[in-house]
Amino acid sequence: MKNTTLPQLYQEMRRVRTFEERVGELFVRGQSAGSMLHLSIGEESAAVGVCARMRDGDTFTTHHRGHGIFLARGADPDRMMAEIAGKDTGYCHGKGGSMHIADMGLGHLGANAIVGGGIPAVVGAGLSARHQKSGAVSVAFFGDGATGQGILYESMNMAALWKLPVMFVCINNQYGMGTRIDQATANPDLHERAAAFGLAARTVDGLEVEDVVEAATDLMEQARGGTPAFLAIDCYRFYGHARKDKSPYREELEEEEGRKKDPVLQAREKLLTTGLMDTAELDALDDEIAREMDAAIDFAIAGEEPQMQSMFRDVYAPTEPEPEPVRTRLDRILAQG
Amino acid sequence: MTQSNERKLTIARSMAEALAQEMRRDEKVFVMGEDLAALGGVYGNTRGLADEFGTDRIRDTPISETAFIGAAVGAAMDGMRPVVELMFVDFFGVCFDAIYNLMAKNIYFSGGSVKVPMVLMTSTGGGYSDAGQHSQCVYGTFAHLPGMKVVAPSNAYDAKGLMTAAIRDDSPVVYMYHKGLQGMGWLGTEEGAIVHTPEEDYTVPIGKAAIARKGTDVTIVSLGIGVHHALRAAETLAEGGVEAEVVDLRSLVPLDRDTIRESVAKTGRLIVVDEDYSSYGVAAEVIATVVENEITNLKAPPKRVAYPDVPIPFARVMEQFCLPNAQKIVAAYKELQTA
Ligand SMILES: Cc1ncc(C[n+]2csc(CCOP(=O)(O)OP(=O)(O)O)c2C)c(N)n1
Ligand SMILES: [Mg+2]
Repeated sequence: MKNTTLPQLYQEMRRVRTFEERVGELFVRGQSAGSMLHLSIGEESAAVGVCARMRDGDTFTTHHRGHGIFLARGADPDRMMAEIAGKDTGYCHGKGGSMHIADMGLGHLGANAIVGGGIPAVVGAGLSARHQKSGAVSVAFFGDGATGQGILYESMNMAALWKLPVMFVCINNQYGMGTRIDQATANPDLHERAAAFGLAARTVDGLEVEDVVEAATDLMEQARGGTPAFLAIDCYRFYGHARKDKSPYREELEEEEGRKKDPVLQAREKLLTTGLMDTAELDALDDEIAREMDAAIDFAIAGEEPQMQSMFRDVYAPTEPEPEPVRTRLDRILAQG
Repeated sequence: MTQSNERKLTIARSMAEALAQEMRRDEKVFVMGEDLAALGGVYGNTRGLADEFGTDRIRDTPISETAFIGAAVGAAMDGMRPVVELMFVDFFGVCFDAIYNLMAKNIYFSGGSVKVPMVLMTSTGGGYSDAGQHSQCVYGTFAHLPGMKVVAPSNAYDAKGLMTAAIRDDSPVVYMYHKGLQGMGWLGTEEGAIVHTPEEDYTVPIGKAAIARKGTDVTIVSLGIGVHHALRAAETLAEGGVEAEVVDLRSLVPLDRDTIRESVAKTGRLIVVDEDYSSYGVAAEVIATVVENEITNLKAPPKRVAYPDVPIPFARVMEQFCLPNAQKIVAAYKELQTA
């Protein structure tokens, strides 16, 4: 298995953290095209811990807070940052952006900005994997807010009924926008719902990334064997829902407490106390990662803006000839300037 | 005419005021949706209301649109007057059954024995790079389906009056407000939407368009933010001696066909400005309204300035390129002339 020693897990989590910090900077510098950027700071152990157990060929979907998951699945930070900046050099040539990034090469069936929207796709990908005997698992990543959507329960039932290689990962950062989970959910023991559908189901605290890896190992194995699984990972959303949200609905004291639940610092401490790495090594690693992500920012800023004509491409599959009316419309719009 | 000492509100404030006044007037009125109480609504429509009315009447829901919109239908049939918020109209995908199979059809199915007095308020529009699941208008999608009224205010006066009328209506009303007009700083501010709004309660009739600017040479029909593009285009055209008449639809269902036809009968030229996808939408309906009735009025074929038929892209340059604006309206007028 790759990436499961603590130094490796720390490195991946630090990459996610630094990437997200740079996304925040991109936004502040006015270089991000989007006005809604959802950072996964505080949730790194969920992305890294689960993805550590995924293999080449596995597929996944994410919610709107999915940068870290895609990065942990091997995404190129340059092309991710360029997409977030709305550049032609991004993964989706600026069409998808932060909330709709997708890349079949890495099994990413798509981030989705509709709460719960990406969940059923993994049921289909699980069906497909079984039909094609690929041995792949398909994993849906979503937030606690998605447990309000009926689509989750429909999907879990179908996965269990058809014994699909599918895993549902609920990143419980305690909030859906300004609504705390206890105001949205009568029974906060989320895994109990999945168990009721016959899934292998657990909740794990996200503070220790190794705990997440342990739970993911167990559940992913079961999913691969045809017992679909559900994992809820408890964490805390360190900052506002999106970059512009200053979280007026929660106390600063609560935020301070919440931010103590920091999986990145926790892993760093553990590396130090167990003597696996010393401060100098850790600092050097952090610096290297900072340089990698700085380069991603530079790449994004240097990238070309998309060509206007490309806007009318990809509405239908690339095998489709461009319909004439679209060209006519393009000419007309170009003429109007 | 507006005097300087008259009170001006943003659309967000005027919507909140209409809600508050109707809640004071009728205790059957309540509001339900995501992040309305503590946050005051993403677009400020319920700001401050939870303090006065409590969280029973300004009720936060889980992210369960099908269930809370469906629940509002049940409450409405049982005698309440719910106002529910679908945060972005784009999310209708997850809950359309509750909207068009339940909300919109129950009066008819019952042979008129039930009423469904509810309002579904929902934000529309793009222009701020939020990509294809947060930027649509889909006016045509809603207006196409019988059984629900559809309104779309362009300024704070109409926003308050239409909200009050919608709450008092015994049929379901879809209230589509444009994000770019809300007066929330982060979405940019359209000064034209911030107008004099009386403190007392009043209604703006559903189904009645307004003439936002009088003119004789071309009729520009629009709704929501498009009205402001049209007014700006009219100013530019006026510099060249062309007087455009701007019709603000205000309601899509019922559509005020008479006002549209009267205006075009006078001007002989028609441009429809619509931020929804171009095909099968409001623009087509307005044009059909004119040409089906009387074609000899027209001095040139009508034009639509609408969003091209592509999903809304994320990248700012691409999105801005596609959105209707004053410049495109002026260009459309020039094409009318050469036609
Ligand atoms: C169907 C739908 N309803 C509402 C929204 C608005 N919205 C976007 S994110 C969000 C909160 C989601 O919370 P959660 O699923 O816990 O994810 P988190 O943001 O905490 O990562 C809401 C209500 C949406 N995007 N889609
Ligand atoms: Mg959450």
